[in-house]
Amino acid sequence: MLKYLGARLLYTLPVAVGVSIVCFMLVHIAPGDPLTSVLPPDASAQLQQEMRVIYGFDKPLPVQYGMWLLKTLQGDLGTSIATGRPVAAELGRALSNTLMLAALATFIGFAFGSLFGFVAGYFRDTWIDKAASLVSIIGVSVPHYWLGMVLVIIFSVQLNLLPATGAGPGGSGEWRWDWAHIQHLILPAVTMSVIPMGIVARTVRALVADILSQEFVTGLRAKGLLDFGVFRHVVKNAAPTALAVMGLQLGYLLGGSILIETVFSWPGTGFLLGQAIFQRDLPLLQGTILVLAMIFVALNLMVDIVQSLIDPRVQRS
Amino acid sequence: MTATTLDAIATVQKSPGYWNNVLRRFRRDPVAMFALFVVLALILMAVFAPLVAPADPYRASMLRRLRPIGTEGFPLGTDELGRDMLTRLIYGGRLSLLMGVTPVIIAFFVGSFIGITAGYLGGRVNTVLMRTIDVFFAFPSVLLAIALSGALGAGVFNGLLSLTIVFVPPIARIAESVTTAVRKIEYVEAARASGASAFTIVRVHVLGNVIGPIFVYATGLISVSLILASGLSFLGLGVKPPEPEWGLMLNTLRNAIYVQPWVAALPGLMIFITSISFNLLSDSLRSAMDVKS
Repeated sequence: MLKYLGARLLYTLPVAVGVSIVCFMLVHIAPGDPLTSVLPPDASAQLQQEMRVIYGFDKPLPVQYGMWLLKTLQGDLGTSIATGRPVAAELGRALSNTLMLAALATFIGFAFGSLFGFVAGYFRDTWIDKAASLVSIIGVSVPHYWLGMVLVIIFSVQLNLLPATGAGPGGSGEWRWDWAHIQHLILPAVTMSVIPMGIVARTVRALVADILSQEFVTGLRAKGLLDFGVFRHVVKNAAPTALAVMGLQLGYLLGGSILIETVFSWPGTGFLLGQAIFQRDLPLLQGTILVLAMIFVALNLMVDIVQSLIDPRVQRS
Repeated sequence: MTATTLDAIATVQKSPGYWNNVLRRFRRDPVAMFALFVVLALILMAVFAPLVAPADPYRASMLRRLRPIGTEGFPLGTDELGRDMLTRLIYGGRLSLLMGVTPVIIAFFVGSFIGITAGYLGGRVNTVLMRTIDVFFAFPSVLLAIALSGALGAGVFNGLLSLTIVFVPPIARIAESVTTAVRKIEYVEAARASGASAFTIVRVHVLGNVIGPIFVYATGLISVSLILASGLSFLGLGVKPPEPEWGLMLNTLRNAIYVQPWVAALPGLMIFITSISFNLLSDSLRSAMDVKS
């Protein structure tokens, strides 16, 4: 176990360094001098030179990367150009909003996805399988930002049942677990849940069909086990993989929430990214991407470790 | 040469071959044929847009903004600037399909090249190439696409470039794992033992075995790419106004959902139809080629 853990950590470290290099380079692949985003266009040549020294842009790229990494590791993600506030402060609340949304969406998606996938796999090649598979292929094919718009049209514009945008009444209040706030969460969470639902359903269907075709299931049936008993065995065998898929989906949703948050004006990291792109606020863009990518890397690692704890077979492959 | 060997050669030549079997299975699949029909119709519609579309996609009129579906002369209504929706949806397919399909095609070649090289050469080359690929794999695809095109700025070329970079790593990974498996097969080893060059071995023995699974995998990425490409334009990256593109149209019509909700939803329906058709096509291709996912 410890050997596996060590190997897994040793693999993650260079990936994390690589991710930080990509994030560092984002500011440098942007067209124009990185300084133009900080300075007014009519700044004098002398001021430009001074700023270049202050920001360290006069040094070679690897040195700049080292300086940037050192600052980042101390929790300093730079300053947002648009608001003048530290990027880390801007990120804090947005991150908790996105986490709440993504976690709920993953939960809904996983519940319905495993239900559809299980039914489809159990009744393989019947009309039930075809119907459940259709639902899952719709789930992976639908442009979710459009689905969000359609749900807003139905439930907000036509039926007037749920609010269309924001995370609470009157715009930017603190989040509370009351109906006035929760009703803002419903539409974005349901929209977002469609993505993991389709993928989980496909995975679980394949898993269940595979397990049911194995000899030990025939053996269990021959032993006289009822359907419920077989069901228990199938769940036990399918759970580790299904849970791993769920963990990864949570990571994908955290990183990919920008389109849905834009549709619903949900004040999370995606919305922040949208603002950063719109105002060409490169430090904010860089900081947000870095944090989201690192969370994804960490989540990947966690999923692997948890999976190897549940299922020792994973360690051997 | 005896008559029996001649007979044997004749039977070998008469056997229909793998690709003929695939084609036959594919033709027998009604879902595949339907999806293929829709995809071809969408492509033809985009290519011959000037001949099919009833009006000029750029001609605006403040007098007839946001007409409902079924208005006379505007069967699908008009957009927020009074332009004919049907015309713009037809023209929109040009950029949406181009931006969705091109990155996957380029990534298919680049990713296959990287993956096959890494898989066949193995050793240090493999480690360097695949660990670099892992770094890009460590980003959720939507985040990477948005990070790159957000930094590069809007525009069709920047959008295409970002999406291509997003799709190279997954294709390279598949290509590498398939190639590594094929490399260990005995006839490849036999070819190496008889002195064939690496290039010849890859061309004659490896390519034919690996290109099928890589191709099937790549076709599955087209629907993701379509959704992402239109998503970039939806965010204001990618295609710029006034060009007709489904994602961008969805964006500019967002405020119109309180006036003409169903007109505003039309561009997204087009993205959905296109993406589900490509997905069904890819699924059918996978089962026709009998590739395990």
